[in-house]
Amino acid sequence: MKQPIEMNINGEPHTTIVDTRTTLLDTLRYKLGFMGPKEGCGNGNCGACTVVLNGSVVNACLVFAVEAAGADVTTVEGVAAEGNLHPVQQAFIEHGGLQCGFCTPGFIMSAKALLERNPNPSEQEIRLAISGNLCRCTGYDKIVRSIQAASQALSQHA
Amino acid sequence: MAEYSVIGTSLAKVDAPERVTGKAVYGADLDLPGMLWAKLVRSPYAHARIKKIDTSKAKALPGVKAVITANDLPHLPKGATAPLVGEVSIDMSAIREIVMASDKARYHGQVVAAVAATDPFIAEEAAGLVEVLPVVEDVLQAMQPGTALVHEDLHTLEEATQEKSDQPSNIATHMVYTRGDVEAGFKEADVLIEKTYTTQMVHQGYLEPQACAARVEPSGKVTLWTSAQGHFTVRTQLVTLLGLPANQLNVIPMEIGGGFGGKALALFEPTAIVLAQKTSRPVKLVVSREEVLRATGPGAPAVITVKAGAKKDGKLTAISTTMRYDAGAFPGSPVSRGLLVGLAPYKLDNMLAEGFDVLTNKPRVQAYRAPGGTPAAFAVESLMDALAEEIGVDPLEFRQKNAAEEGDTLPLGMPLNRIGLTEMLGEIQKHSCWTTPLEGANRGRGLALGYWIGGSFTSSAEIKINPDATASIFVGTVDLTGTRTTILQMVADELQLDPTEITITVGDTDTAPFADLSGGSRITYTMSAAAHQASHDVLSQLRVRAAEKLKVSVDDVEYKQKRFWAKDDTQNEVSLADLARESVAWGSGPIIGKGSTTRMQPAHSYAAHVADVEIDPDTGKATILRYTCFQDVGKAINPMQVEGQIQGGAVQGIGWALNEEYIFDNGELKNASLLDYRCPVALDLPMIETVLTEVPASEGPYGLRGVGEVPIVPPGAALANAIYRATGKRLYELPMNPERVFWAIHGNGPNGTNGSGTNGSGRS
Repeated sequence: MKQPIEMNINGEPHTTIVDTRTTLLDTLRYKLGFMGPKEGCGNGNCGACTVVLNGSVVNACLVFAVEAAGADVTTVEGVAAEGNLHPVQQAFIEHGGLQCGFCTPGFIMSAKALLERNPNPSEQEIRLAISGNLCRCTGYDKIVRSIQAASQALSQHA
Repeated sequence: MAEYSVIGTSLAKVDAPERVTGKAVYGADLDLPGMLWAKLVRSPYAHARIKKIDTSKAKALPGVKAVITANDLPHLPKGATAPLVGEVSIDMSAIREIVMASDKARYHGQVVAAVAATDPFIAEEAAGLVEVLPVVEDVLQAMQPGTALVHEDLHTLEEATQEKSDQPSNIATHMVYTRGDVEAGFKEADVLIEKTYTTQMVHQGYLEPQACAARVEPSGKVTLWTSAQGHFTVRTQLVTLLGLPANQLNVIPMEIGGGFGGKALALFEPTAIVLAQKTSRPVKLVVSREEVLRATGPGAPAVITVKAGAKKDGKLTAISTTMRYDAGAFPGSPVSRGLLVGLAPYKLDNMLAEGFDVLTNKPRVQAYRAPGGTPAAFAVESLMDALAEEIGVDPLEFRQKNAAEEGDTLPLGMPLNRIGLTEMLGEIQKHSCWTTPLEGANRGRGLALGYWIGGSFTSSAEIKINPDATASIFVGTVDLTGTRTTILQMVADELQLDPTEITITVGDTDTAPFADLSGGSRITYTMSAAAHQASHDVLSQLRVRAAEKLKVSVDDVEYKQKRFWAKDDTQNEVSLADLARESVAWGSGPIIGKGSTTRMQPAHSYAAHVADVEIDPDTGKATILRYTCFQDVGKAINPMQVEGQIQGGAVQGIGWALNEEYIFDNGELKNASLLDYRCPVALDLPMIETVLTEVPASEGPYGLRGVGEVPIVPPGAALANAIYRATGKRLYELPMNPERVFWAIHGNGPNGTNGSGTNGSGRS
């Protein structure tokens, strides 16, 4: 069964027709060309597809596209404002918070959401906030440090 | 000693911006006009003879454009091989069976057919008529005569004599290495211990499932996009497997979401190409996470017996080991690497190392970071800890007394060139992770060593000087770990350019200079020589042109900071900018430097890890309080990236040690998801401290050593030894999950599980 849906993605309206079985992730990737969110597992265990849906951090592979009809969606492509990297992105670059980069879009989304609700998280709070995101390259050390650095950078700007 | 301004700095990854913004293009991100989706049909049995595969129902489905079975792959004579890296060949007739089984399914999830359809939902299972056979799952059982055979026509190869056994067997290869007199060494010992250790099958756990896409061009030439560790390696395998000439196949490397050894073989690319040829449309094949875990080629498990003796003064007198590695359904476990890694940290006057490459009805293993090393070090380093304790010597001091040095001979025969093991052990002795007492109940500290030989093989680089005096580097090595950045750093220092004046591109097989696959900790090491050579080729060409301009001999031309001048007259100068601009003017010609290396000496890597753990006696859960990694890196070209490699490798080893295992039931994997196959998450870990020792390697312009693999080797034993000191119980089986630790503390559990596996004690 096919159904038309509208979504507001990274501040821009988008309309498409989806098979009702299609996930939000596949719709973003293969219907609308937002290839930033990745599929690492397809069942909510790895976090590589993390996006923000109406203000909540979700795994886009666990949401049907039809459930997101009318919603505001932010993907990693919408994080850098007018070409300027977000402090979280900048911190990941400077502090080595990525290696292969496949999990990175998900970590950026989880980290940004954490710092928006808790600007000065402890190390344990950071580890908890990213515990739904798997990384196999870094051992998390430099990801945690990147988020700590982003927290500092954001508080200096505030 | 040369002074560097870019080498040795933590330059941010040059490709990081596209990765933090979601713009980097991985294999699954490809979307080609008219593209079809491929799905694989897999065997529901771990061991079954294929009598017939009925594809008619699948073919009849609207939207299905092609269905193929092994009959649609080009015929390949049994035993046909292709060079994999250097002199190492791979049996492509076995790879063909893994790509698509022809006569027998030998593991659960082995591919038997493939479908190409217009929509990913249209994936109809082909009905199969099969005869089910007994499953061989356990490595020790597989070695017993009379057990069902995974390959009815396979006979054991005796490595030393190259003779084959009379009877078929599940043992593919048997190898023995000896030195000195082991029995005499054991007689000399004051303390003798023998134990057996078991590890489970694990997965590399790369976040990106394999993805590739193929398109047949109007000329018949094939374009292939793939996320693999080596696109030239993939091409080499496809040339043999599909009978295509190399110039009729362009392999384009996509960004790769981790590999760790598990993306070296062309297991999916042949299917995408054959489906594209059948349908005359582009075909994309992306596997699911379940397929990744079930059947892409995990890391090998092993059952390892170690026996060693020592004198009261702490001197090792003899060591023997028998290592049985499970290859899965086709030969090729890393057992010889296990023998090497386990014994390489020690002086070995009397040694016996025996290995078996054993077949079972499990997926054929692939390499996993320091392949074979982690099980071997778990066994040997656990036993060394017990031996040190028994003779009353501190475990670090015991290693220092017996540490291998330059000039000693490795277990499989090669002499050691310059190594920094002794220096690294000295660093531990003065570090707070070792000197600070560990207070509190249920806590313990463990130490273990690791070794990895690293690879050499072929690497090449080309450097072009652009008309505006910027430089472009062109390589054929896939960037798994940040090698674009480290190569660029080395070139920046040699050409004395700012990193922002240089770009680096990984080219496809049609255009890039040849390179073997990215693996074996070899890229930065071998590229240091190739990029150095290419840089100096560029500089030599520029010097000739500068000499003409300056009217002096080439030997009298000096270069620094983009200026060439005459040695005797510093005012007589020409800029790099002028030479670069003139290089494309009529009569001069562009500057292209080339460098390549094929066979460098090994740059041996040694590591040691110190772990502090706390055990919850009620649950058996181990919490890591502190974890410190020591490693001789030769020279850290980019310390931030070196630390990242060490931290990532250590955490993979920690996962193997504490959590990760394949759980089989009659050959079927029962935990084929990332929820049930549990890799470490951020909450499971502390920060991972790193201490870099820099003893230069014997070869290469900067003395660097490969760093990527050895960090996965020590964690099993470092944690086992820490758990022993926390609980008083030694564990002989990985993973040391809460259940195994609990039963080790509280006595025999159900099914006799006490965490100790099989073990014999031969203390004298």
